[in-house]
Amino acid sequence: MKHAFLGAALAAALAVPAFAQDYTIIAPANPGGGWDGTARAMQEVLQAEGIAPSVEVVNVPGAGGTVGLAQFVADSAGDPTKLIVGGYVMVGAILTNAAPVTLKDVTPIARLTGDTEAIVVPAASEIQTLGELVEKMKADPGSVSWAGGSAGGTDHILVGLLAKVAGVDPTKINYVAFSGGGEAMAAILGNQVTAGVSSVGEFQEQVKAGTMRLLAVSSAERLEGIDAPTIKESGFDVVVENWRMVAAAPGLSDEQVAKISGDIEKLNASAGWTKMLADKGWTNTYLAGDAFAAQLDADIAATEAVLRDIGLVK
Amino acid sequence: MESFSLLLQGLSTALEPMILLYALVGVTLGTAVGVLPGIGPALTVALLLPVTYGLDPAGSLIMFAGIYYGGMYGGSTTSILLNTPGESASIVTAIEGNRMARAGRGGPALATAAIGSFVAGLIATLLLAFLAPQVVKLALMLGPREYFALMVLAFVTVSATFGDSTLRGLTSLFIGLALACVGIDGLTGAARLTYGVPQLMDGIETTTLAVALFAIGEALAVAATLQPPDGMHKVKGSVRMTGEDWRRSWKAWLRGTFIGFPIGSMPAGGADVASFLSYAAERKLTKHPEEFGNGAIEGVAGPEAANNAAAAGTLVPLLTLGLPTTATAAIMLAGFQQFGLQPGPLLFVMNAELVWGLIASLLIANVMLVVLNLPLIGLWIKLLSIPRPWLYGGILLFATLGTIGVNPSPVELGMLILFGVMGYGMRLYGYPVAPVVVGLILGPMAEQQLRRALAIAQGDWGTLISTPVSAVLLGISAVFLLVPMLMRLRGRGSVLSQVAGDAD
Repeated sequence: MKHAFLGAALAAALAVPAFAQDYTIIAPANPGGGWDGTARAMQEVLQAEGIAPSVEVVNVPGAGGTVGLAQFVADSAGDPTKLIVGGYVMVGAILTNAAPVTLKDVTPIARLTGDTEAIVVPAASEIQTLGELVEKMKADPGSVSWAGGSAGGTDHILVGLLAKVAGVDPTKINYVAFSGGGEAMAAILGNQVTAGVSSVGEFQEQVKAGTMRLLAVSSAERLEGIDAPTIKESGFDVVVENWRMVAAAPGLSDEQVAKISGDIEKLNASAGWTKMLADKGWTNTYLAGDAFAAQLDADIAATEAVLRDIGLVK
Repeated sequence: MESFSLLLQGLSTALEPMILLYALVGVTLGTAVGVLPGIGPALTVALLLPVTYGLDPAGSLIMFAGIYYGGMYGGSTTSILLNTPGESASIVTAIEGNRMARAGRGGPALATAAIGSFVAGLIATLLLAFLAPQVVKLALMLGPREYFALMVLAFVTVSATFGDSTLRGLTSLFIGLALACVGIDGLTGAARLTYGVPQLMDGIETTTLAVALFAIGEALAVAATLQPPDGMHKVKGSVRMTGEDWRRSWKAWLRGTFIGFPIGSMPAGGADVASFLSYAAERKLTKHPEEFGNGAIEGVAGPEAANNAAAAGTLVPLLTLGLPTTATAAIMLAGFQQFGLQPGPLLFVMNAELVWGLIASLLIANVMLVVLNLPLIGLWIKLLSIPRPWLYGGILLFATLGTIGVNPSPVELGMLILFGVMGYGMRLYGYPVAPVVVGLILGPMAEQQLRRALAIAQGDWGTLISTPVSAVLLGISAVFLLVPMLMRLRGRGSVLSQVAGDAD
């Protein structure tokens, strides 16, 4: 029994860098982030559901995913076993870094999951509604400090869009970028900043415990089980969704793309994937084919416009 | 004491033979992977997480705890024996630890690291169990201005790592600070000094720089001296710690623990900062200042205790707030979520059983780690009897593999070699290498916290001394900086040079 267990443990440990595999998924970020989580979730479900016998995840971190993307395009062209995960943050990073390799250089397969953004204030704050927060920002943009993730990321874009719609000069917003959600959340809980922006899931436990007040969510419709208006309902026409996607290598034949799309569709339809998303608290926003390609183009155009307004892209 | 009975209940579950076996497998795998240079605890946990998927919650949590503590501990072994720090928190361990190993005292160095890690892990885990909710309230009161003040204090005190000459030490530190400017500026997203190389966008990887300066630079230096290829690292005396070693170590362990735990609990603290401050404290408080730089056991005992205590401290914001403050913690969070454990303010109420099970697991893993590692010390130090050309050949191989394994890119390899040559040059001309790494780690932290503090206060510099904590920390830093200058002016430089190790 002991030997069987040890054997199994070692086999499992050794299976990570296995040789024979159907897919290699590049996670263009360090272990621990959302893209790494998405890649490892795909790995587990693809294998468990028998869609692919063996899946390997490789982390190629750097510069908002643009390092991984550039390496992927250079090394994997024409290879139908290579996939890369990415998302909305990559769109912004490509623009702010003026990256030579863009999402036009890969074959987008499908959008998989999404996160709605939330705007919160510390529980001790006097601000009760998004309207009040925006009024304060109109009166003196610098007096409202926003804690959020990296500069030019989804959180920053949301604040920029909100300012623009409310008639505040987006270059004047006082956005304080923190590395990782943890530090930003600590600054909000510690009453160091006026307001905070991150995904709904990240704030959910705090809101439940009454340590933060949720002012609004960034989705088009209200979210089930979350007692907060949308930003749109609050009078500002802003809808932002942070999504994650999977893409294949450039230079594939139509049959190869169809095979990958089929596998990802199977993944999306599987019970294992549904359970995985529920465990992780991710929303399924599956969108494939031409509809996804069109959405991607629209997102890139909109992001470029707002990053120009904030002053991050010249 | 309700928490106490819950802890005992957790311990009784964790003491079943099968569970103990899981713990043993966890610490063994964790230590083994943690030993590889460049592969830190974050990657170790990420690689081994799938191993825990198939187990029941109790078994899985304990294996997890074992991997976490094992990975944390593994880095110290290579720091001491091979001068190759596996992660940023073991860099200062290499300074004194490797000197001890060269003086034939590798056994006691490894032992004080293992026992210090155990003592710190034990105390810190108990502090986590009983004080987490209170500690986190204090930690949240600290914002960017307090962190900036803490970084200033760290800068002033780590001048202890500068070696004998302040001028050379400062030169090294500024090389580190210059390297720290490379990459995307975290607050505005603008790229600095990247020259269009995408791999430089995220800045220079700390472990790459540390492995290059310490291991590669060392290997080149050894190759260049052309001495007969053996007889340098011969083990002298016992592999065990002597009574003197114990007397000098235990206070350092405790000080390290009480420096490491609170700093690890701070959302912007970190095990590396804790280990720097602990080293600085030991160097200031020691009765054997002449040994520092030549293998002082306190310089291993303190930082090793501090980095393990900080590892336990990291779990405070993770469990009580759901805040992952390090990459390792973020992966742990993913691991917890597979059992529906949702870290946050309600965790201790909603999932009391699992939380106490986890804390009990951490205690067991900690014991298992010392049980596994003490007997292994005799085996580890045999590494040192390998003929030097082979040993350093092996170090070069592992250093390269570790770097490539974490970041498969030719640019990374190029940086490794470039900084390795730089490390050799610095050794040749007597410049200490540790301050370069210290500058690379602390520089961006200090810069970002300062700019955040100023952004929040809309440019008012007065904000930096507007809270008691920041004012006191900056005040202490000013005292540390000014008192030696005043003493020197009054002609008492000779006394001082002994205290501060400052010979010029």
